[in-house]
Amino acid sequence: MNLLSLSWRYLWSRPLSTVLNLLLLTLGLASVAFVLVARDQIERAFERDLAGIDVVVGAKGSPLQLILAGVFHLDVPPGNIALADVQALQQHPQVAQLIPLSLGDNLAGFRIVGTTHDYPAHYGARLAQGRLWQAPMQAVLGAQVAARTGLQPGQTFAGAHGLGAGGATHGEAPYQITGVLAPCGCVLDRLVLSATESVWQVHDEMHASDDMDESDLAALAQEREITLALIRYKSPVAAVSFPRYVNEQTAMQAAAPALEITRLLGMVGVGTQVFQALGAVLLGVAALSVFIALWSAVRERRSDLALLRLLGASPLKVGALLLCEALWLAALACVLGLLLAHGLAALLGAVLMAEQSLVIERWQWVQAKWWVPVLALGLALLAAGLPALSAYRLDVNQLLNTR
Amino acid sequence: MIETHGLVCAYPGGPVLRFADVSVPQGGTLLLRGPSGSGKSSWLALVAGLLTPSAGSLQVAGQEVAALGPSARDAWRAQQLGFLPQKLHLSEALSVADNLALVFFAAGLPVDHAAIAQGLAALGVADLARRKPAQLSVGQAQRVALARALLLRPRVLLTDEPTASLDDAACAAALQLLQRSAQQNGATLVVATHDARVLQLLAQAQVLTFAASTDEALA
Repeated sequence: MNLLSLSWRYLWSRPLSTVLNLLLLTLGLASVAFVLVARDQIERAFERDLAGIDVVVGAKGSPLQLILAGVFHLDVPPGNIALADVQALQQHPQVAQLIPLSLGDNLAGFRIVGTTHDYPAHYGARLAQGRLWQAPMQAVLGAQVAARTGLQPGQTFAGAHGLGAGGATHGEAPYQITGVLAPCGCVLDRLVLSATESVWQVHDEMHASDDMDESDLAALAQEREITLALIRYKSPVAAVSFPRYVNEQTAMQAAAPALEITRLLGMVGVGTQVFQALGAVLLGVAALSVFIALWSAVRERRSDLALLRLLGASPLKVGALLLCEALWLAALACVLGLLLAHGLAALLGAVLMAEQSLVIERWQWVQAKWWVPVLALGLALLAAGLPALSAYRLDVNQLLNTR
Repeated sequence: MIETHGLVCAYPGGPVLRFADVSVPQGGTLLLRGPSGSGKSSWLALVAGLLTPSAGSLQVAGQEVAALGPSARDAWRAQQLGFLPQKLHLSEALSVADNLALVFFAAGLPVDHAAIAQGLAALGVADLARRKPAQLSVGQAQRVALARALLLRPRVLLTDEPTASLDDAACAAALQLLQRSAQQNGATLVVATHDARVLQLLAQAQVLTFAASTDEALA
């Protein structure tokens, strides 16, 4: 029998009170931990998808909408931009790399993106099966798309019009699957990638009529558009002048992802603060409840504690017994709270996955979570401090006078 | 074994208790006799090192108790003294065996389960080891508490009103048990009581009498 085992037995000698306190502490810690995990995971998901993208150029409209549509594929793009304008931008001395993206169709709700091989290379994507597309109307599936649709390299599929499931299918222009990407935990997991020309070809097939002659087709080629372009600067200095140039000198809009996402997280931050405040209230109630339970324990067990002193236990040991009870509660609540928080994060991840939204890594340890055990420990010490002091100062003589 | 000279205990703002000198040899029996509130518990507390004498000398097992610092006094008490309080103070949260294990915990020693089993067996309550104190009869509880007091083979066994609320037969049996247990362990037995039956049953014991209305105990 040592301090830990004895305090454990004393703790569970009042099972109802212990369970209630454990529940309160767990809920409080889980709320705080969930906010930390969810916020961290969402920020990570944003950072992962934003990595290396300095600016997004697209049609004029809401810059946040452009970022959400172009980088995270969470929103509809504000419109299209002329291919000629993009090609001119590619020659700009401050542009190191420009990746064109063309949107418009989907496969079972997963977006089909017309682009170049630079796009998967940008995220360091690896192939799990097959190879990248080599010609128009060949496609590579993201890991989540392949898992959800069950499609394999060598099979074909027809894209549906629009960015959400349920549009008219382009049965006349099927894609052939050439490969499947390995999971990257990034936006590519939920995309279907193909050549930019594929998107044009599908829509040419849809809109072209039999009476179009070669000159009509040439004119069509002159009017080619893409949806947006992801741009990496040659130098960070470009961040000052390039967006202004695009916004003022062209018919396009340049949006800086870092800026827009900071703005977005700032808006979302109000929600997380409310959630955290709720967690803080729960923790406050839990601390008070633990304090009351321990205070009552000292009163109820006054004779047990005094007897320990009579048997030769030091005041420190008797006080530590109370502290240990609180620490047991804190440790249990910490483990249960973190499990619950990760369970909730897993639920959030599943919901986001079902909605083909951000990819959340459910069980990843978040640095900020170190605060949860620290918080639990702090609360335990706070709640147990006074009862432990009372046990420490216990008058043993009263025991000898007890009749 | 227990030697006092000019022992005085003064409570701050309260009574001043002056105790008669006493000298009890190893293995002897001392009876503290007097009504409630006469100072018997204070004398026990002084011997246990729970109170510090205001004046005088108190030696227990060759140790001047007041000379020990607080933590040394705790360790000394754990090793040298056994207690059987009037209220037995068996923890309801623990089994009988775990109540005995508290002795090792308090003394900072590893739990000796064999010693616990032997201690319970010596008092005829080995089969109660797994029970909770609430499931024991008064007599069984008293035996368990006595087993706890004797577990570390103390040199002095302090008992406070061990026969209160016992009928005559049980009173005689309890005292017999106490004396036998103390003798088997070679311990000096101290019995604080206001029970007149004890004086008769422990006729051979040295007696320290505490007066109700005076602040002095008479040997």
